[in-house]
Amino acid sequence: MNFVIPDFYPAAAELFVVAMSFVILLAGTFTKQPRNVVYALSQTTLIGAAAITLFTMDGQVSFTFSNMYVDDLMGDFLKLVVYFAVAIALLYSRSYMNDRKIETTEYYVLAIFATLGMMVMITANHFLTIYLGLELLSLALYAMVALLRDSARATEAAMKYFVLGALASGLLLYGISMLYGAAGTLEISGVAQAIYQQAGNKTVLLFGLVFVVAGLAFKLGVVPFHMWIPDVYQGAPTSITLFIASAPKLAAFAMAMRLLVNGLFEFAEQWQSMLMVLAVLSIVLGNLAAIAQSNLKRMLGYSGISHMGFMLLGLVSGVVGGDRHFALNAYSSAMFYVVSYVLMSLASFGVLLLLSRAGFEAEALDDFKGLNKRNSWFAGVMAMVMFSMAGIPFFVGFFAKFSVLQAVVAAGYIWVAILAVVMSLIGAFYYLRVVKIMFFDEPLDATPISAPADMRALLSLNGIAIAVLGLAPQALMSLCAYSLLGSL
Amino acid sequence: MTGIPFLSLAIWVPIVGGLLALASGSDRNASVARFVALFFALAGLAVSIPLYTGFDVTTSSMQFVEAYPWIPRFNINYVLGVDGISVLFVLLNSFITVIVVVAGWEVIQEKVAQYMAAFLIMSGLINGIFSALDGVLFYVFFEASLIPLFIIIGVWGGANRVYAAIKFFLYTLAGSLLMLIALLYLFMESGGSFNILDWHQLKLGMDVQSLIFLAFLVSFAVKVPMFPVHTWLPDAHVEAPTGGSIVLAAIALKLGAYGFLRFALPIAPDASHAFAPLIITLSLIAVIYIGFVALVQTDMKKLVAYSSISHMGFVTLGFFIFNPLGIEGAIVQMISHGFVSAAMFASIGVLYDRMHSRQISDYGGVVNVMPKFAALFMLFAMANSGLPATSGFVGEFMVALGAVKFNFWIGFGAATTLILGAAYTLWMYKRVVFGAVANHHVAELTDINNREFVFLAILAVCVLAMGIYPFPVTEVMHASVNELLKHVAVSKL
Repeated sequence: MNFVIPDFYPAAAELFVVAMSFVILLAGTFTKQPRNVVYALSQTTLIGAAAITLFTMDGQVSFTFSNMYVDDLMGDFLKLVVYFAVAIALLYSRSYMNDRKIETTEYYVLAIFATLGMMVMITANHFLTIYLGLELLSLALYAMVALLRDSARATEAAMKYFVLGALASGLLLYGISMLYGAAGTLEISGVAQAIYQQAGNKTVLLFGLVFVVAGLAFKLGVVPFHMWIPDVYQGAPTSITLFIASAPKLAAFAMAMRLLVNGLFEFAEQWQSMLMVLAVLSIVLGNLAAIAQSNLKRMLGYSGISHMGFMLLGLVSGVVGGDRHFALNAYSSAMFYVVSYVLMSLASFGVLLLLSRAGFEAEALDDFKGLNKRNSWFAGVMAMVMFSMAGIPFFVGFFAKFSVLQAVVAAGYIWVAILAVVMSLIGAFYYLRVVKIMFFDEPLDATPISAPADMRALLSLNGIAIAVLGLAPQALMSLCAYSLLGSL
Repeated sequence: MTGIPFLSLAIWVPIVGGLLALASGSDRNASVARFVALFFALAGLAVSIPLYTGFDVTTSSMQFVEAYPWIPRFNINYVLGVDGISVLFVLLNSFITVIVVVAGWEVIQEKVAQYMAAFLIMSGLINGIFSALDGVLFYVFFEASLIPLFIIIGVWGGANRVYAAIKFFLYTLAGSLLMLIALLYLFMESGGSFNILDWHQLKLGMDVQSLIFLAFLVSFAVKVPMFPVHTWLPDAHVEAPTGGSIVLAAIALKLGAYGFLRFALPIAPDASHAFAPLIITLSLIAVIYIGFVALVQTDMKKLVAYSSISHMGFVTLGFFIFNPLGIEGAIVQMISHGFVSAAMFASIGVLYDRMHSRQISDYGGVVNVMPKFAALFMLFAMANSGLPATSGFVGEFMVALGAVKFNFWIGFGAATTLILGAAYTLWMYKRVVFGAVANHHVAELTDINNREFVFLAILAVCVLAMGIYPFPVTEVMHASVNELLKHVAVSKL
């Protein structure tokens, strides 16, 4: 037995987060006022991880831990966005959690574990590593949804999420076992090679692919694997919904890239036709169902389903008739879409958190009535987010939709593009309704908005970022394209 | 030619002014917002004037061109430029913005800063639409201009404003989304260019041309609006505040027509010819049928709204008979309608501010208490019905003449607008202004104050000047219209 010490350098950020999670756990146990200490330590962890990721980023693709682990630009970029999204989510939810006396130490520790899970998913080069990361993320999320343990709705949501999530994990694992049976390896590049050399039984491989896609679709929350989204979004405390609706979408995108593009690219035609069905169904159902919602969290849940469907449209436009030169354009469009979506999602739930206070949950549409009269600046921020989600320029959401549609048209799916824009029109209706409620109606509740200054400032910046990225999307777009270059 | 980027200034001066007005804050110091808005509206007009004085009428190529890369990833560029057609609309828009700011001066008391900001930002965006030479830039301005008008109708509008605002937004968005697909398709066909002038040179098959033409048709027909997708306009007009109605009629309706000239005709000329009978039919329906609809309205604003649809039918008719008289007449008609409809809505706004009613039956004998107003309103009503020596006559006459050349019966149908227009406008005028004082509300009316007199008088001067001597307008557009017709005449198959 020859024991080789692995190269820890590419995984330095992950190791740092692991170490810090222990420190946070201990600090939470042994300090008198854990709230502020734990919060500060969590933000330090994220900043530190970002610094390490930036410092170790070298543009090379390097493997470690017997090729179970890969460090490339796509991973580094997505991880940076994840830290960023988690840090914002923690900041937005701080006063909300304090007001509700939710066990804060546990919340921050779980958030850091979830972050670690996402990091592992993003940098995995092995089907099992992906699975481990996914479970780490999911278990943390189940527990976070149930943090408000006296709330019947939250526990019900957590239970639903757990049961369905476990089923999806089972499907994914089953698919992975089939791939292993046919390809004889679980290393992602190994599987790709096996398929390329036509080793292994194609039927079994395709069968495995179906299950992998199903497991992935659950994590993305696309139709028909979307059932958990509305209930979990509504049932979970708003700060947790904010968490679930932001960074994990990036991890799910990374998982799709690793599994489908890096691992099963030879089967692109097959998984594209599966994803196409999922994407179209999600866009249609997500937008139609969102119209009927009176609860804003639920509405944003359905809108998230349609957004993920839109993002999948980017993934299905990569390979046309065996021609792969569309791939970079298409996948980077999808990546730009998901990053923009995370930014908008953070801002939309951020405004919900801003309006909530001790003993009051702002989540019904009516809670937004007359917001323009109560606070025009944040009404303006929310309006920008809504217009951006509806895909109206000059906001980043327009360019997200634009770049995906561009990829879809380039791939020749004109009718899909037309369907997608018709559905965006339907989507525009419910986003506009929020704007209408804020600007055209009279307020029901004249309580002034009280929120910590750091949250106000960051939420304002978040809104401004949506507008600025809409005016100048080039930098982020080329960053997405550049970071994907090495991974295709 | 100087190096000053006048077009960029015409776009960004009002937008920056709007943001400053917005920042000037609450209703406690509303007059700050008003003066900031007036200053930037005048500044926007001031930077637009050199576009006309420095314009070279002998060439049809784009002038005052500015080009910078914007999103190189998709080869999207910030390209601005005006030809003899668009320069007129930039001027009209900057001018109307000043009128709107003055018209809303004392009338708007609630959220003044937001009101003024919305109009200024919209003015900048609309200048962007008229001067964009990049497909995506055009689209972005085109869509973004919906937001301010949506807010204007929804916040400061009448009783049924929410319905009208959402209907307006969704109708226009529905049209423009299909255009986005067409733009993306052209991007692909042209090998990666969003430049509109490149697209003018692009060879396209008949099937493709037809689909692209239809996508543009849906988009611009809603905006014009053409029969049968006109139903949003009366709602929007009736519910919008006076300033909103003015901008909607004077400027926003021109966007669709301008789109036909810039996109549909030169990019898909064969399809344009093939679909011309359809467009001509729809235009004639708009002219005649909507004219009759206007006749039976009991609400003044609705009447003028239907009259706008009827007049815009004249414009689309002028485009699709493909002769210089038709197109030039249609453009003259658009500019003239910009002044006349603005004046009509401003006049109705003057009445509405005093009586809070738009119903014709609530009025009668206004001339007895508001003589100055009645005189100006008379002039505008005459212009709306196309009386010679007012601007309304010039365009209608040119288009009718062009139509007769094209086909006698089409010309005949179009000319009925002169009768119908006179009928509904003058009948409305008679019922509102003449006769005995109808009730004590009318008896208590006060005549227009200096502010109202100034902006109505300026509009009156414009209406008369253009009616008597339209040459400065037609001279500018001549070369560009000929170039456009040359494009349309050559098959691109």
